[in-house]
Amino acid sequence: MNSKNEPLFNIVRRDDMNRRKAWCIRGLAIVIALLLCAVITMVVTGDNPISVYASMINGAFGSARKSWVTFQNLAILLIISLALTPAFRMRFWNCGGEGQVLIGGLAAAACMINLNDKLPNWLLIIVMTLASISVGALWAFIPAICKAKWNTNETLSTLMMNYIATQLVAYYVVCWESPKGSGKIGIINQNSNIGWFPELGNKYLLSIVIAIVITVFLYLYIYYSKHGYEICVVGESENTARYVGINVEKVIVRTMILSGALCGVAGLLLVAGINHTITTTIAGGQGFTAIMVSWLAKFNPLTMIFTSFLIIFLERGAGEIATVFGLNQSFSDIITGIILFFIIGCEFFINYRILFRKSKKTAVPTVGKEDE
Amino acid sequence: MQKETAISIRGLSKSFGKVKANENIDLDLYKGEILALLGENGSGKTTLMNMLAGIYYPDKGSISVNGRTVNIRSPKDAFELGIGMVHQHFKLVDVLTAAENIILGEEGKLNIKEANEKIKAICDKYGFEVDPSKKIYSMSVSEKQTVEIVKVLYRGADILILDEPTAVLTPQETEKLFQVMRNMKEDGKAIIIITHKLNEVKAISDRVVVLRQGTYIGDIITEMSDEREMTDMMVGRKVVLNIERPLPVSPTPRIIVDKLNIKDVNGIYKIKDVSFEVNSGEILGIAGISGCGQKELLEAIAGLRKVESGSIRYIDEKGDAEELIGLDPRKINDMGVALSFVPEDRLGMGLVGNMDITDNMMLRSFRQGGSPFTDRKGPQELASNVVEELEVVTPGIDTPVRKLSGGNVQKVLVGREIARAPKVLMTAYAVRGLDINSAYTIYDLINNQKKKGVAVMFVGEDLDVLLQISDRILVLCDGMVSGILDGRTAAKNEVGMLMTRLGGKADE
Amino acid sequence: MFDFVSFIPRAVGQGIPLLFGSTGEILTEKSGNLNLGIPGVMYAGGICGVIGSFYYEQSGDINGALAILIPLLCSLLGSLLMGILYCFLTVTLRANQNVTGLAMTTFGIGVGNFFGGSLIKLSGADVPSIALSRTSLYFSKSLPFADKLGVFGKLFLSYGFLAYAAVVIALVVAFVIKKTRIGLHLRAVGESPATADAAGINVTKYKYFATCIGCMIAGLGGLYYVMDYACGVWSNDAFGDRGWLAIALVIFTIWKSDVSIPASILFGGLYIIYLYIPTGMDHMEIKELYKMLPYIVTLLVLIISSMRNKRENQPPASLGLPYFREER
Repeated sequence: MNSKNEPLFNIVRRDDMNRRKAWCIRGLAIVIALLLCAVITMVVTGDNPISVYASMINGAFGSARKSWVTFQNLAILLIISLALTPAFRMRFWNCGGEGQVLIGGLAAAACMINLNDKLPNWLLIIVMTLASISVGALWAFIPAICKAKWNTNETLSTLMMNYIATQLVAYYVVCWESPKGSGKIGIINQNSNIGWFPELGNKYLLSIVIAIVITVFLYLYIYYSKHGYEICVVGESENTARYVGINVEKVIVRTMILSGALCGVAGLLLVAGINHTITTTIAGGQGFTAIMVSWLAKFNPLTMIFTSFLIIFLERGAGEIATVFGLNQSFSDIITGIILFFIIGCEFFINYRILFRKSKKTAVPTVGKEDE
Repeated sequence: MQKETAISIRGLSKSFGKVKANENIDLDLYKGEILALLGENGSGKTTLMNMLAGIYYPDKGSISVNGRTVNIRSPKDAFELGIGMVHQHFKLVDVLTAAENIILGEEGKLNIKEANEKIKAICDKYGFEVDPSKKIYSMSVSEKQTVEIVKVLYRGADILILDEPTAVLTPQETEKLFQVMRNMKEDGKAIIIITHKLNEVKAISDRVVVLRQGTYIGDIITEMSDEREMTDMMVGRKVVLNIERPLPVSPTPRIIVDKLNIKDVNGIYKIKDVSFEVNSGEILGIAGISGCGQKELLEAIAGLRKVESGSIRYIDEKGDAEELIGLDPRKINDMGVALSFVPEDRLGMGLVGNMDITDNMMLRSFRQGGSPFTDRKGPQELASNVVEELEVVTPGIDTPVRKLSGGNVQKVLVGREIARAPKVLMTAYAVRGLDINSAYTIYDLINNQKKKGVAVMFVGEDLDVLLQISDRILVLCDGMVSGILDGRTAAKNEVGMLMTRLGGKADE
Repeated sequence: MFDFVSFIPRAVGQGIPLLFGSTGEILTEKSGNLNLGIPGVMYAGGICGVIGSFYYEQSGDINGALAILIPLLCSLLGSLLMGILYCFLTVTLRANQNVTGLAMTTFGIGVGNFFGGSLIKLSGADVPSIALSRTSLYFSKSLPFADKLGVFGKLFLSYGFLAYAAVVIALVVAFVIKKTRIGLHLRAVGESPATADAAGINVTKYKYFATCIGCMIAGLGGLYYVMDYACGVWSNDAFGDRGWLAIALVIFTIWKSDVSIPASILFGGLYIIYLYIPTGMDHMEIKELYKMLPYIVTLLVLIISSMRNKRENQPPASLGLPYFREER
């Protein structure tokens, strides 16, 4: 007599699932999530699913302006995601994108406000760019050097850096507030447009072009450059990296500086290219969203275009649903959350296989129908 | 003597992916016996035992304990059946105390005081020394093992499984352990000991079961067998170690180590006052119990470890000397000092498991050239050459290294290091876990280097191999040089004595 | 002269949500789960309590016991569901903890603001907030005699029952982790799940229970904030970044929930100290720098403890890593 029953199934790590099948599973997860979201939206709004989807598409691409905004948002999210990617490939959990973007934006705003009558416009823009990049890099440098020297937990230190940046911005917002007592800065140099990035055709295109340039750059950097190779070795095995004479500390610091600098660029674009002001919420949580975007893309810069598109589309689409059906804007956060949960969960079926047992007596394992 | 079955295994199989770790294994263990489970690395001993301990669940087959068919789904089930396993890699929580580790997993109210008393009783009974309130992270290896064994005893296990318990022990500690095992046997407990060391099998076991490549080969009564027969069963055919040993051609000093001292992170000397030299065209074997400073010594020469004091000089072909201490590992490597170190987990150092063979070849060469981009052409050629010449079994050079078997991984590593035409080649445990053919391939590779005038340092575990391949043998004991012998005239027991006792002399 | 008598109660009021949050997160992290979804959980805990209270108030007569019980149970249920979701993804499906946690924060804050917004609309209020004054009265009821005992009463007895509950829970959690077998097993799971597993401890069960109970405790922080501190007034985003401050506290206290009692009050004090600095009206911006202090101090604690590298003061060794028994 068996004292205990055999386990119903056991879980085995899958060695290699081919890429196409893996993406099919991810696609399926997204479809199921979208269906679920449609059901939820139907329950909340009482409308039929087709018009729900229609208004989502309408929200993202309903007009030329809407499409441009979608692509501009996509560009910014993509830049931040790309910025975090080198660090992630090194297994350095840079959760500080938010702070690095903010502080980069703050540097740009500081230059716009304090140097607007001291430098010619072209020089000011160069100074702003350098300032944003270097301050963003500095914000990433601090956790990096602590990690390299004392192995300080980077997830936690970068998180703290975010809020230090937020409060610093809050401080300067009060310092520079205009008009006094309004609690915000307002549009900087609204009349002179000093320090505003020049428009490239229209006011949306510049960010998009920069995003494309950074995507190509990072793709080459990660897969074909010596630095990219070193990052990969350090991420996979620090011991091996030391063994072949890679200076691990240097790679950590250098990669994080790159990561922070690119975040600084995103902050610069937000302030000088798009909003022409600074608030504590200008990064809008994209520093965190970017972590998910980068992870969903398996840290591949090209795939990241699609994952950031997915997130932005959901955000814009759900925002539209909220407007059309008179719901709260936070509805898009819920929709995004649900879809993320599905994508996160489906990775399990890509990495593991479930073996079901047919019967207690023979105990012959059979490959169950996976993936469902 | 009435034999009562403690464990009976029938038709047990377990696979990991495509690898069949165990296939259709039958095994019986009787109460009051010590069973030695013998087999080469990778023969499936640990996997089999892990299934008894509830770490893995078998794909197929049945296990009976005390005549009852059971399902061991978790370590907890194993405990309840009275099965306790001491793992090779200690399963202890570093930040907890010895007592907390020992009582881990028990039920009921927490009472450290009572536990301490019970621990003390066990220690007194068997002569262990454990400070129950000492934290694990401040313990030595043998102290940790003692905690592991006390833990199993504390739980009153009737069936004990010890996975290579002697690998980390001194001979005295080993003898003490064997005494405990004999006492437990007297109590009617059943014990399985996993080991490679035949002398220990002879000394402690009643019966031997041999596994080879995941299958059951047979069992023999220890008294009615000898080491030769066991080896034959283990490796499948008679092994006459017939390793080539050409005479060194005009040896000149290449590396001179002088009064070297190395401390570990806890400030304990791992290498103390070590002086020796390595000559071109010769193989210097380095012998010693595992963990007595071999790793630290090689790492120091390769520039990977901080040195307390002393000097390591490299003499080039022109006779010019250069101090290696303080140099960047990269610089040392560029000078022609190659380290092919194969650590326990093989991929931990030297290779990157998730990268393919080409990218692993690139580890040494990727900095070449002024371009910021990597050049994959050279490494690709090198990868193809290594795969072809060393007969690496792989679907292709773009296969991630982690998917290769142990022997092939080692060939990739050694192949890459040799391809750089080094002046000094250091290898550690180069043949660990390899099948015989692969091992000979590696011996040939090393001998070829020697013939080319390379100074080779060969750290090995198998004394027979060391005695047959080395020109000279440096014996380390506790981080100190215990003796340097001529490889052609040294006797095995002489080396053994030097390994266990500094200078090799018995206590007066 | 600095007005301690009015400062301390406010600091405590600010500190209690942080105490709930950090106690919950300490319990969670001890099991090796780095739940970055705590800010979302606290929002969810808060809004679920608000929903319960809202419908109860709508139903008519108010009974003291039910006025407390209904929001309390709703809040616990809401944060429990969040905890189960997190565990299902990270423990059962072994997903990346950072990504899951951040997605939960997005989701939880979204849920909070969405339902908050919907209720505001339902109540037809003119201001973008919803006031649950009738039930909240029961939450913020201070101990009897509080106002009769002068300074002592004000400093120690003037809080609602959840504040005392927070302190008790923090002490209980500290006791359980340090002194009981469950705590010993939990620490083992967080430090080395493989070891715990080999010792016969059900790693999955411990992770689930620690994380879910941790989430429920953290969710109470959200409930306390709305029902007691904010006197039943829910307005969107009002809870702010307190969830992250709670995570900072976990590091600041080096994973000790008893230390978190004074530490959270300290953090709460730093959060509002700007109200008490002499106001020259010229430099009101300084207050934002005071709010920065908790984060800077936490960062320093994190860096210094890693520099000193004392084993006891490090994060649980397996923090953030999934566990799979048959991993080879």
